[in-house]
Amino acid sequence: MEHIITIETRDLCQSAVNGGCGECQTSCQSACKTSCGIANQQCENAEK
Amino acid sequence: MIHQYKLGGYNIVLDVCSGALHVVDDLAYDCIALFEQSSREEAIESLQKSYPALERGEIERCYEQVLSLKEQGRLFTPDTFEPMAGRFKERSGGVIKALCLHVAHTCNLNCAYCFASQGKYNGERAVMSFEVGKQALDFLVAHSGSRRNLEVDFFGGEPLMNFQVVKDLVAYARSIEKDAHKNFRFTLTTNGMLIDDDVIDFCNREMSNVVLSLDGRKEVHDRFRVDYAGNGSWERIVPKFQKLVAARGGRSYYMRGTFTHYNPDFLADIRQMLELGFTELSMEPVVCAPDDPSALTEEDRKLVMRQYEELAELMLERDREGRPFTFYHYMLDLTGGPCIYKRISGCGSGTEYMAVTPWGDLYPCHQFVGDEKFKLGDIWNGLDNPAVQGEFAACNVYQKPACRDCWARLYCSGGCAANAYHATGAITGVYEAGCELFRKRMECAIMLAIARQIEKRRKA
Repeated sequence: MEHIITIETRDLCQSAVNGGCGECQTSCQSACKTSCGIANQQCENAEK
Repeated sequence: MIHQYKLGGYNIVLDVCSGALHVVDDLAYDCIALFEQSSREEAIESLQKSYPALERGEIERCYEQVLSLKEQGRLFTPDTFEPMAGRFKERSGGVIKALCLHVAHTCNLNCAYCFASQGKYNGERAVMSFEVGKQALDFLVAHSGSRRNLEVDFFGGEPLMNFQVVKDLVAYARSIEKDAHKNFRFTLTTNGMLIDDDVIDFCNREMSNVVLSLDGRKEVHDRFRVDYAGNGSWERIVPKFQKLVAARGGRSYYMRGTFTHYNPDFLADIRQMLELGFTELSMEPVVCAPDDPSALTEEDRKLVMRQYEELAELMLERDREGRPFTFYHYMLDLTGGPCIYKRISGCGSGTEYMAVTPWGDLYPCHQFVGDEKFKLGDIWNGLDNPAVQGEFAACNVYQKPACRDCWARLYCSGGCAANAYHATGAITGVYEAGCELFRKRMECAIMLAIARQIEKRRKA
């Protein structure tokens, strides 16, 4: 019996490899803009 | 660290540090809760008591599945990221890649809740000249190192009150970007009052994103968003927004509203926006002093929490009807989201992101403009406030004691430095009232993402 369904996600530990290129959008979370959180951004690393 | 919760009919377990997400049955949910605090035997015995109808073998199989996920690094993953927290900014070494250009410290609306005191930022009315803006763009290119994507936000006050300069600055940026090997991404935040065909054509050609301020229902919007004669702006701006969005051809835009004590039932405002034909939506809780009449009360906050859940349900309903819409805070890219460096390094204010006043002064972000002690320098002479810049460079999620035990820390990276400062007097503090709502939004966003994946699997 299957008790656990694992959803497909990016492995954050693995993302350290070749991570940190800095090309993704700046993550201003100020409410007077649109509170752009970290998690709703797209990774823009060409070498990930 | 794990975070487990029940929402939308799902038992959800998030493994915070690997980012893994699991949907589990009741047995596994309880097994995971017991796993770290009990031995194998204790956990199985306890579960046997809770689930007397199940055979011991089944419970053991469930336990083994949990153990296997732990061994694969998909559950109970330890946090080993702290040493990396300062490295990203160190490696960036002074790179600046985003500027918020305050092209107009003035506004044609007189919104009572404006954080920028009607666009003046507690100072004199002013507009940015082309020369200042051009120098700011040159400063950005000169300090952007190897970064290719540069972000420039035209902000105010109301930036369209200085539209010619906005147009001239975009033309200038386009004229230099190729030779400089850069890609400018422009955004504009507007109250809509001055939108006309020329603005629409320009924005749809040049702006990666436009943020359109609308609070939803007419009576809600017009309570705060009034002109200097006290007249509401809703009827004047809605047709302009509709025209702009219709002409946008699928490019990014956001209707951005604020909810306050006067409309904690903000889902009604979301529905109003949908009825008006808008599908890219954002509603933000007001940020103000707790004694402000607009501040959300404890009762309001309970309602807001329920509204967030109902919003997620509404989104799923509309998905099924083939009429999807986007709520900005529920956008969550589970497979293509940012890397761990980004998630632990904070928002970038005062390091890779700065605000430029109409006269060329630099501040850590737009929220600090007007507070002289945060001035970092100017666009002609560069940065000359290493003490404050150092504080911002050192500010990351591990510098905030309150974040250490928070499961949502890799989704907010410590949150907004300005909110933290205004709430606690330190950028390394946390704005707890905001955190509580943020965590709820993340729970809803994760549930929504899971429901969408599972419904897709069922269809496949």
